[in-house]
Amino acid sequence: MNNGAVLTGEHFLNGDVACAEGALAAGCNFFAGYPITPATEVAERMSRRLPKTGGIYIQMEDEIASMAAILGASWGGAKAMTSTSGPGFSLMMENIGLGMMTETPCVLVNIMRAGPSTGLPTLVGQADVMQARWGSHGDYGVIAISPASVQEMFDLTIEAFNLSEQYRQPVFILSDEVVGHMYEKLVIPPAERIHRIERRKPEKRPDEYVPFMGEEDLVPPMACAGEGYRVHVTGLTHDEMGYPHMFHTTQERLVRRLVDKIRLNADKIIRLESDFMEDAKVVVIAYGCVSRSAREAVERARSKGLKVGMLRLITVWPFPTKKLRELAGRVETFIIPEINYGQVAYEVERCAGDRAEIVQVGIMGGTVHSPEDIYDVIEEFAQ
Amino acid sequence: MSQGVTKLIHKYLRHDKKFPHVWCPGCGNGIVLGALIRAIDRIGLEKDEIVLASGIGCSGRMPVYVDFNTLHTTHGRALTFATGIKLAKPSLTVIAIMGDGDATAIGGNHFIHAARRNLNLTAIIINNQIYGMTGGQSSPTTPYGSYATTAPYGLIEHAFSIAELAVTAGAPFVARGTVYHVETLEDLVKKAILKRGFAVVEVISNCHVQYGRRNNMGDPVTMMKWMRDHAIRVEKASSMSIDDMEGKFTIGVLADVEKPIYTEEYQKIREGAIKGRPTGGPGHG
Ligand SMILES: Cc1ncc(C[n+]2csc(CCOP(=O)(O)OP(=O)(O)O)c2C)c(N)n1
Ligand code: SF4
Repeated sequence: MNNGAVLTGEHFLNGDVACAEGALAAGCNFFAGYPITPATEVAERMSRRLPKTGGIYIQMEDEIASMAAILGASWGGAKAMTSTSGPGFSLMMENIGLGMMTETPCVLVNIMRAGPSTGLPTLVGQADVMQARWGSHGDYGVIAISPASVQEMFDLTIEAFNLSEQYRQPVFILSDEVVGHMYEKLVIPPAERIHRIERRKPEKRPDEYVPFMGEEDLVPPMACAGEGYRVHVTGLTHDEMGYPHMFHTTQERLVRRLVDKIRLNADKIIRLESDFMEDAKVVVIAYGCVSRSAREAVERARSKGLKVGMLRLITVWPFPTKKLRELAGRVETFIIPEINYGQVAYEVERCAGDRAEIVQVGIMGGTVHSPEDIYDVIEEFAQ
Repeated sequence: MSQGVTKLIHKYLRHDKKFPHVWCPGCGNGIVLGALIRAIDRIGLEKDEIVLASGIGCSGRMPVYVDFNTLHTTHGRALTFATGIKLAKPSLTVIAIMGDGDATAIGGNHFIHAARRNLNLTAIIINNQIYGMTGGQSSPTTPYGSYATTAPYGLIEHAFSIAELAVTAGAPFVARGTVYHVETLEDLVKKAILKRGFAVVEVISNCHVQYGRRNNMGDPVTMMKWMRDHAIRVEKASSMSIDDMEGKFTIGVLADVEKPIYTEEYQKIREGAIKGRPTGGPGHG
């Protein structure tokens, strides 16, 4: 790509802007959005940069329309993205479901603020974790990535695009106000060093192509509008040809595949960062901005000889169930600091609650745990 | 069936899609589909170049039968998908088909903004004055005083006039037809597709099953006669008194003006941005 999309070099930027740059580096050429704090800077950056790189930016009338427009654009062959925060994320739920049902690659960035409702518009939250997993009605598999630095906002947005193209579905960046607004050094590599995955195209002729037949990885190749395949795309339960079929047997095949394409590929999708785990009796699990405080707390505890490990969820969904079940045998206590009343803690409880103590360290929003907040809890359980 | 019709069916309907369709016998939706296909055939568009996007409702089921690129989306949102696909691939001819509830209740906001924004899209709204698919509830175009399953004592709300709404919202081309005036309808749809800019065709249609039955017009013929007797061509309406127009509606082209088109304006912004002009756009360079 030599259209100026990749701003190779060293920068000092905030997380929202790094996210926009990551999208462009991933080949994003369509953005639709609606202004909302603390995600507006993503849209503003895209509105300025996309025309220069030959892409399209459009401000829609609301988030329902934004989500719908990126799905439409994706069927027009674009790599499409939107960004929002709590209230807008709620409005997007309807068409997230359509994106899942129609297997439409796109990326949705949620810079989390504190809710419910309008909550604390300018301040941090992490309480959309479960909404990201279960927010739209019906069953489907979810990929949600939680960057913890400006560099990761760039790198993981590329990853989100790659995963969305590979698994043909909306992928979420579940970031937060602190990471979105924080300024750090960002290194953008040369364009040729950026790994991009593009959606698989059908190799068969139009009369042989079965548009919703999953291949080995359960993902069907995608023919977009105007490519000669004239596919029918519907949110109704559809057979492999894409045609509505109102029978439980078709529903069974379709929805199982939609969930399984993530569930059975989970090991390939999940990304964790683990440190000091060898002999850890206590493990802190954190993600996003809180993981920065958590890391400092864990390092301090280690320096004092406490047997503490750290597990950072880079992907929040799919949840690392297998890994936690494994750990639960030898780890005695899991400490989960997060800016909500125990959403990831709930998952940890599910995976490990029978064999380990689960300690939830929740803040209801508006601020981040200090390292001391977390250190004090570690000290209490690691003595 | 005439040879011409058979040829059109063979060319434009999906062969691998099993009929019969979901619509009730005598439903106006089929007439709209016929007019659309004939208009497309007359223009000579390639099937690969056409996108037909719909929302949810009886009208929303239309795309599955035709051999175009077809999207059956969510209730009220057809235009927003159409917007995305048109922007991503401006060379495609993108047509959205909607019901009256679809376009002016749940999708009302999208509708007025699409009209204001002016992408080169065609919006066909089948106005049968009722929620057909869900079984006869009142819609924003159900007439004052008529009956619906959710207006068992008569409706006390006032109806939108869709075409007039589109004109006010800024759509550069607006027309209204009916399923009775079939040749006019075909002509209006053709004009709308050929129009450069956002083009709206409101089609007054019959849902005798869910609307007519509850309002003394229980069969398609009675409803068609009602259309015949109440539709006034715009040319004629201009010379009629307000009293004479009472209870009537106009058919024909209500608005046809030129306005800058979004994709073309955006292209100018792109060219400016690439040359290094930081902001800008039409008139604000
Ligand atoms: C968000 C949402 N709300 C409600 C519905 C249920 N629903 C399906 S079709 C419809 C109304 C259809 O009426 P109209 O748009 O006038 O189209 P018609 O069926 O008459 O063609 C409704 C309310 C839905 N599918 N989605
Ligand atoms: S319910 Fe009404 S709109 Fe729907 S198919 Fe039947 S007649 Fe047509």
